[in-house]
Amino acid sequence: MKETITLKIKDLFEDIGNQATFVGSFFRNIFRNGFEWNELIRQCYLIGLKSLNIVLITGFVLGFVLTLQSLPTLQQFGAEGYVPNMVSISIFREIGPVITSLICAGKIASGIGAELGSMKVTEQIDAMDVSGANPIQYLVVTRILACTFMVPLLVLFADAVSLLGGYVGTSTAGGMTAALYFSKSFSSLVFSDFFPAFIKSIFFGFTIGFVGCYKGFKANKGTESVGIAANSAVVAASVWIIILDAVAVQLTSIFVYNQ
Amino acid sequence: MENVIEIENLKKSFNGSEVLKGISLTVKKGENLVVLGKSGQGKSVTIQCVVGMIEPDEGSIKVLNKEINELDEQELKDIRGRIGFLFQHAALYDSMTVRENLAFPLKRVLKVKDEAEIEQRSVEALEAVGLADAIDKMPSDLSGGQRKRMGLARTLIVKPEIILYDEPTTGLDTITSKEISRLILSIREKYKASSIIITHDMSCARITADRIVIMNDGKCIAEGTYEQLENSSDTFINSFFKI
Ligand SMILES: Nc1ncnc2c1ncn2[C@@H]1O[C@H](COP(=O)(O)OP(=O)(O)O)[C@@H](O)[C@H]1O
Ligand SMILES: [Mg+2]
Repeated sequence: MKETITLKIKDLFEDIGNQATFVGSFFRNIFRNGFEWNELIRQCYLIGLKSLNIVLITGFVLGFVLTLQSLPTLQQFGAEGYVPNMVSISIFREIGPVITSLICAGKIASGIGAELGSMKVTEQIDAMDVSGANPIQYLVVTRILACTFMVPLLVLFADAVSLLGGYVGTSTAGGMTAALYFSKSFSSLVFSDFFPAFIKSIFFGFTIGFVGCYKGFKANKGTESVGIAANSAVVAASVWIIILDAVAVQLTSIFVYNQ
Repeated sequence: MENVIEIENLKKSFNGSEVLKGISLTVKKGENLVVLGKSGQGKSVTIQCVVGMIEPDEGSIKVLNKEINELDEQELKDIRGRIGFLFQHAALYDSMTVRENLAFPLKRVLKVKDEAEIEQRSVEALEAVGLADAIDKMPSDLSGGQRKRMGLARTLIVKPEIILYDEPTTGLDTITSKEISRLILSIREKYKASSIIITHDMSCARITADRIVIMNDGKCIAEGTYEQLENSSDTFINSFFKI
């Protein structure tokens, strides 16, 4: 019992060490000669496109549901006019980045984990390495950067569509005109609602790419390890997103809202 | 004659169990050295040490007059560019077409930029392995034998000075195995490369070997030509050659 615990702790620290090394080699390889521009663009395209549908649908539903949920309560106080303000602020500040990133963790991190995991298991990554090519540069740098760029973009799309969902929500309850709804939504948004959220979605994107690549590269021999890589990538990326979000909220309230 | 690979007293353990217990072998320039041995004797580990994929615990490995374990990252890359490594399951990049598989090492290792040259060298490498009509296929459309040929083409395209074959005929039918073995021989003629060929396929050994080393229990226990070892009085050595 005691031995298995010490072994587990040892594994944990080893894993942390390996992740640190992996991050290090990512940053070193960004600035190496022979940056894979074509592959980066291809990955951005793939990663963005693969998740666009589900992100848009989720964004719309979020706005819609949030509106329907808050309408009755606000009506009791005669404050239904504030629905657009409330919905847009809560989505832009918090719900948009976090939910979109969690969805991307499920879609993108698992995809990268499975893809690189199966390349590892079938020795394709070893083959690249042994041929004198650079698998970190070709596979890892491109994917992590693509996630870092594309996830914030997807978050913006989700935010935008959620406003539309919110409008559809109010109009089912016989609410206001589109012009009024959107002008209220935008008038309540200020830079500090938008900017910290954007910064944190960059970190979420990096995390998704990093965790996917790391878990994929860690796959050892055996087909089942591909499934494990995909699965553990989703779990780890989601947990990291939630932890990072908690930190981000603290930092934002200290430095941006000065509370 | 000059040695292209010199391994001396190579030792390696995994999780406390010693896999290589002091391997010494040399490969001369232009020679095909066959390494024979049962499964799990550390044959793959040995050639993985040669390309620096695995770091040995002890011993020295000189490849093309460079001590592999003393090279920095860039020097290791450079030397890897001069060595071809054929994986047991070919390790084709299965998200890329045959053409892209071939262009990959050309662009990244030899830094060839000219598309016409890439095309010409790809065709040449495919012709050398008898796979010229497959250039636009995906790896998943190739048969087992074709995959081996394709892996070989991707190795040959950078014109390596040394080729390491890990069980090139395992998993193939007898006729295809013989074709691959003859291909290995013809490649030596054409590319003048030196090779280590790991196998337990005796017909492959007979066709390709200039010299054979038998590995058992982490050591090289015998060395000689096919005929010398076939007529050995040692029963264990002899057992490899009995049908
Ligand atoms: N990277 C590794 N980590 C741990 N053990 C390994 C590794 N590579 C090989 N081994 C072990 O070393 C032994 C020899 O393997 P290998 O060289 O593949 O044998 P073979 O002679 O069949 O090619 C096996 O028992 C294998 O489990
Ligand atoms: Mg082997």
